[in-house]
Amino acid sequence: MNFPILSTLIFLPLISSFFILLTKDKTSKNSSIYISLFSSVATFLLSLFLWYSLDVNSSEFQFVEEKSWINNFIKFKLGVDGISILFIVLTTFITPICIISCVNSIKVRIKEFLIAILILETFMIGVFCSLDLVIFYLFFEAGLIPMFLIIGVWGGPRRVYSAFKFFLFTLLGSVLMLVAIIVIYWITGTTDITQIYEIKIPKEYQNILWLAFFSSFAVKMPMWPVHTWLPDAHVEAPTAGSVILAAILLKMAGYGFLRFSIPMFPIASEYFTPLIYVLSIIAIIYTSLVALMQDDMKKLIAYSSVAHMGYVTLGIFTLTKQGIEGSIYQMISHGLISAALFLCVGVVYDRLHSRMISTYGGLVNYIPKYSFLFLIFALAALGLPGTSGFLGEFLVLTGTFQKSFLAAMLATFGVILGAAYMLWLTKRVIFGNANNSEIKNLNDVNKSEILMLVSLAFLILFFGFYPLPLIETFDVSVNSLIKNYETALISK
Amino acid sequence: MINNINIMLPEIFLALSVFSILMVGVFIKKSFNLVFNLTSLILVVTILIILTNPSSEEKIFLDSFIRDSFSNYFKILILLSSLFVLNSSKSFIIDNKLNKFEYPIIILLSILGMFFMVSSNDLILFYLGLELQSLSLYILASIDRDNLRSTESGIKYFVLSALSSGLLLYGCSLLYGFTGSTNFELIAEQLNKENTGAVFAMVFILVGLAFKVSAVPFHMWTPDVYEGAPTSITSYFAVVPKVAGLALLIKFMFVPFSNILLEWQTIIIFISIASMILGAVAAMVQKNFKRLLAYSSIGHIGYALAGVATGAISGYQSSIVYISIYVIMNIGAFSCLYLLKKDGQYKENISDLSGISKKHPLLAISLLIILFSLAGVPPLGGFFAKFYVFVAVLEKEMYALAIIGLLTTVMSAFYYLKIIKTIYFDDNSITFESTKNRSAQVSIFTSCTILITFFLYPSLFNNLINTLFIG
Repeated sequence: MNFPILSTLIFLPLISSFFILLTKDKTSKNSSIYISLFSSVATFLLSLFLWYSLDVNSSEFQFVEEKSWINNFIKFKLGVDGISILFIVLTTFITPICIISCVNSIKVRIKEFLIAILILETFMIGVFCSLDLVIFYLFFEAGLIPMFLIIGVWGGPRRVYSAFKFFLFTLLGSVLMLVAIIVIYWITGTTDITQIYEIKIPKEYQNILWLAFFSSFAVKMPMWPVHTWLPDAHVEAPTAGSVILAAILLKMAGYGFLRFSIPMFPIASEYFTPLIYVLSIIAIIYTSLVALMQDDMKKLIAYSSVAHMGYVTLGIFTLTKQGIEGSIYQMISHGLISAALFLCVGVVYDRLHSRMISTYGGLVNYIPKYSFLFLIFALAALGLPGTSGFLGEFLVLTGTFQKSFLAAMLATFGVILGAAYMLWLTKRVIFGNANNSEIKNLNDVNKSEILMLVSLAFLILFFGFYPLPLIETFDVSVNSLIKNYETALISK
Repeated sequence: MINNINIMLPEIFLALSVFSILMVGVFIKKSFNLVFNLTSLILVVTILIILTNPSSEEKIFLDSFIRDSFSNYFKILILLSSLFVLNSSKSFIIDNKLNKFEYPIIILLSILGMFFMVSSNDLILFYLGLELQSLSLYILASIDRDNLRSTESGIKYFVLSALSSGLLLYGCSLLYGFTGSTNFELIAEQLNKENTGAVFAMVFILVGLAFKVSAVPFHMWTPDVYEGAPTSITSYFAVVPKVAGLALLIKFMFVPFSNILLEWQTIIIFISIASMILGAVAAMVQKNFKRLLAYSSIGHIGYALAGVATGAISGYQSSIVYISIYVIMNIGAFSCLYLLKKDGQYKENISDLSGISKKHPLLAISLLIILFSLAGVPPLGGFFAKFYVFVAVLEKEMYALAIIGLLTTVMSAFYYLKIIKTIYFDDNSITFESTKNRSAQVSIFTSCTILITFFLYPSLFNNLINTLFIG
């Protein structure tokens, strides 16, 4: 295949953002929305085509593109396999939804906002496509710039603090990864990960390099105790920003563990498993408890994200087939569910300009359609069977039981706590009595909101009942990941 | 010897044309514009002369003057950056009534001094070049002679710089005394660890050079001079002498002092780390944009010195790449200052930038790109500058230097973000005059374009340097 489909996928949003820049001021609102919507839908269709034409029975990287980039040093290498394709499709699916959502929620400088979103999309797709450590780092870090601006320019009252915290936390985590990448280059003589997989990094370096990568991924994930930037960033970010943050940016770290930490440092990954277990369990239980006590809806969902990401790290580092597949499933499903929940908060926030739970109550009597959709997403978030949220958690727990009974038992408590905070949230927001006279005059969801929420709800239910399309896609890749990991452990 | 005179053709041309335009300035009244345009022309012609002449290594005048690809690269960098700095500051010079015809001529003279600095292969020629450059810079720092702050900064710079030149000269004489030669290569043969006196001389010379590139702990003059001098002079100070100073430092470390690598390496590592840390910490509390750029330039010199500290060819090549990208970023940053004009006054406080993204979106986005690039965030040019340096540093397994360097990157990101915050997140904006300052806009545009598109061809400078060094 000669057509550079991955480069097209990556740079299509960037090029269209350039066109938005050229639109005239008077007509800029509509034309920029149409251009960005058109390009993001085109990107989505292209990524679906990519998924369709991917050979899922091979664990090799496909559609590989290789160009000389820095002479005799780094190649610009892209490729996808069964794991990364799902994250790419998730990214390209979420982006048009964000663009639709900002029609309602963004009032000022919408043109710049759309440019930021599209540039961010380029960087996010780039992260999931890159097969070279330096290229990966480049895209991974570059995403900070548009996200910083999205939070800072269009965010809530404490936006400056949150934007700074987000930027500096993530940057601090990542610089050690840069050191590790360069060290890997000097050890193996390449930064091409397919070659690094073959070369095998010497045992004595693995632990320290693993920790350097971990410092970056743990912040991005976010894992306890470096999760504190996430609630702030979520609360202050505009709806579209929260959606992208929760649905995609958080998945970069989980993807990073699967793509880099485990295959490159198998011995260290095994060595540090207890650490990950402890941090994940704390994340699951502690942040669920914290989520119970929140009176801000966005903050509650943010803490629930941290807890859900706890399952992801737990599942990945069980290093069993069920655990890893469950983690990937959980990431995709959390991408859909958290996006939907943040959109739901955005819908009522646009109308009443409050995120406080106490403002609302009894919504079901006045805006029934909205309440119905909200209920679906809340139940999916707590992992009700029949929604995609259940399968991810179930597989992760199945995997964990094979390795550690204690960890699995503690993690199961998280499921109960998850049900507690989500149901309590639903009770206070959707049911009960209206605390506020303005609620009676609320308009129900409009067409564009229905389009966004129903498409998400459909996918959540569809993948809850019929997970095969996703599992088939990544099954072979996960098997080979585990096989390589086990051979590396035997030969150590 | 007369056959070889074309080896120093650029210098000869520059010197002759300086004298002739000096005559033009003296005999024609109100000749600032004419002299200014002639200066630009001279700069361009000098670049062409350098490019058309071969760059093979040749020595002349008892091996005291050397022309090689190293010196040619730096000469072109000096000329190009002076061209941009000078042209973008033209309307600033006129608005602030600095339009005396001596202004561009003194700049040319300082460039001539720098040419001899980067081409010197001998202690005496090097010192002469350095003094020609320094004397010109003293005058430039205080060129706004009716302004108290400008004269103060001129005096401050003169006193401290003269002291450092004295130390440098003392070091040179010690070096001559202990090795019996003033030629760089002969010194290199004589030098070794046992020659304690020469090591002593090396320390003195290093102190003088560190002062010229404003590395910690010899940086005290930088913030005051940057703030006090007119912005057009500051932008010149921040870019061109830094390039020449770094070239000289690299030359000293890798030619005469190549045999006492272990001795100077420790000192450079210390200077580098101290500069990075001080640059990052002190800049956080600054309110004046020029003062902030002064501290940021101290930090940047720290990174460039980290490349030198490796003591390897790849290391100093990475330093050259670093300083080249630094020049591009700083020309862009200072050119933005020329657009902040309100009621005939040029604003230079960070708070004056608040909310300019609404009224001046293009200026705001340019500053955004330049500042993120200065902070070293990928995929902008500034990231690659740092990346190459750290690749070289880690090749030598200097982990502490690399980690400290990257941590200070995060710290310095904080103050760049603070400016971006002022530009984008704050309200109550000043509306600046929509100036017709095309040349400054061209500089900003050029610098931003290079910084954004750098990732498409990141080995640009490496290739340039490699071809120059081989060819």
